Amino acid sequence: MSERSSVFDMIGPVMIGPSSSHTAGVVRIGRVARKILGSAPKEAVITFYNSFARTFEGHGSNRAILGGLMDFHTDDERIKEALDLAKEQEINYKFRSVGNANTLHPNTVRLFLKSDDGQTEVVGESRGGGVIRIREVNGFDCNFTASSHTLIVHADDQKGSIAFISDVLSHDDCNIATMTVSRKGKNDLACLVFEMDSGLKPLTLEYIRNLNWVRSVIYIPDIDQ
Amino acid sequence: MSLLFDSFEEWRTYCQEEDKPLFEPVLRYEREQKGKSEEEIWNGLGKAYQVMKDAVQTGLTKEMNSYSGMIQGGARKVANHPVPVLSIEFQRLVARALAAKEVNSCMGKVVAAPTAGASGILPGTLVTLQEIHKLKDQTILEGLLVGAGVALILEKRASIAGAVGGCQAETGSAAAMASAAIVYALGGTVDQAFNAVAITIQCMLGLVCDPVAGLVEIPCVVRNASAAAIANSSAQIALADVSPVIPVDECVDAMGEIGHSMEAKYKETAEGGLAATPTGQRIARKVLIQDIEIMDDEVSEE
Ligand code: SF4
Repeated sequence: MSERSSVFDMIGPVMIGPSSSHTAGVVRIGRVARKILGSAPKEAVITFYNSFARTFEGHGSNRAILGGLMDFHTDDERIKEALDLAKEQEINYKFRSVGNANTLHPNTVRLFLKSDDGQTEVVGESRGGGVIRIREVNGFDCNFTASSHTLIVHADDQKGSIAFISDVLSHDDCNIATMTVSRKGKNDLACLVFEMDSGLKPLTLEYIRNLNWVRSVIYIPDIDQ
Repeated sequence: MSLLFDSFEEWRTYCQEEDKPLFEPVLRYEREQKGKSEEEIWNGLGKAYQVMKDAVQTGLTKEMNSYSGMIQGGARKVANHPVPVLSIEFQRLVARALAAKEVNSCMGKVVAAPTAGASGILPGTLVTLQEIHKLKDQTILEGLLVGAGVALILEKRASIAGAVGGCQAETGSAAAMASAAIVYALGGTVDQAFNAVAITIQCMLGLVCDPVAGLVEIPCVVRNASAAAIANSSAQIALADVSPVIPVDECVDAMGEIGHSMEAKYKETAEGGLAATPTGQRIARKVLIQDIEIMDDEVSEE
């Protein structure tokens, strides 16, 4: 059964209007993308799909996504001024609208981000009430909500890798809530996504990062903190 | 084990048997189901009420223009108009509900209660109630908890989302929450509070969700004012022990049933009602982005 609602789902959340799926959810997708990139982007190409494609300006989702990229929380009143603030912070942004993307959720946004140190591509869905689902990170399918702590590991696809990392996490007293694996081909690079109830120690992250079959590690602590 | 808010009947029985005020089981629910401390809960409610008061203030003092141009500072105009239709208090009630909701439409900070579309109703009613009756903040916070209990049941037995149950589920639910809070704050009995919920639902049943251009502006803003008025009329009726005849749980189920059989075009899709009128369509063409790259039918991206 689904989780019970909180009193603060009924009297809350405190948020920037007009709508939780067009502002709060979009801000959260932006925050996740920034965490994955690791810093503020220099360049951002943001594509709004389907229902979002027509309404993103009217609902202020353009401001919401830039607010998220600037690491604003969902109740930050600066979101309203995000277009100007992003220019001040020298984020070079561009919006695109794409309709009829049948395989994508009605409220989907794709971000292509570049910073001095790298680039990343993230696809997220805003599913209502501020709830999001990240569907793609750097070309790998995934499926996480970013409401708990998330660990994304890109690794060579080899036997026992999942069990090994799960074991490392359990040694850090971490309860794994969900886990997904996707890979581009057999024995090719795999993408492991773990959602955990509690955060990880820097030491644990460092350990995983240094395994010789691990290519990259992205850690996203609870984005609402 | 805490009450799970499956029905008003259970809530009533609990309060009678345990001899507890209406808000107590809601507090207990949040403590036991969500592991929060009492202090955290009161602080959270205090913060929410402060945001509500700020939203009212902002909407009445700042320039409120939405990007679509459909909202242009209506709350301020109402507040400053020289002719009160009933009384100054009524004029303020209407202006305040509009104000907080306009802040929402203009990307300001609000409390979704229960949803963003209905974010003017509790601020409008509670700020006005507190002013008229000189109530303590604590009484208002207890009223908010009562309102949250109402919404928990509505969410479970019907819906609180326009996309699922139409506007009755959003502004209707908020009005029901507000009416229960009003009756509670004025010292009404458990039965009177629940009768206020029943009467409010009876007044709001069937309201469709038909926002022009899909934006949460028209008719949402004015519906926040009317829902605030209905919350007050229902509380007035209920406090006098006038029976709603149909028990509250059955009223909620009726709301669920109506929401269920409502056509999709009346559920936030902007395809029916006001959204489908010639003017609604014209506005949609103007404010919505027309310059869209269309993907081929079969091959969606990647
Ligand atoms: S019309 Fe729809 S969007 Fe507007 S307040 Fe009602 S339910 Fe919300």
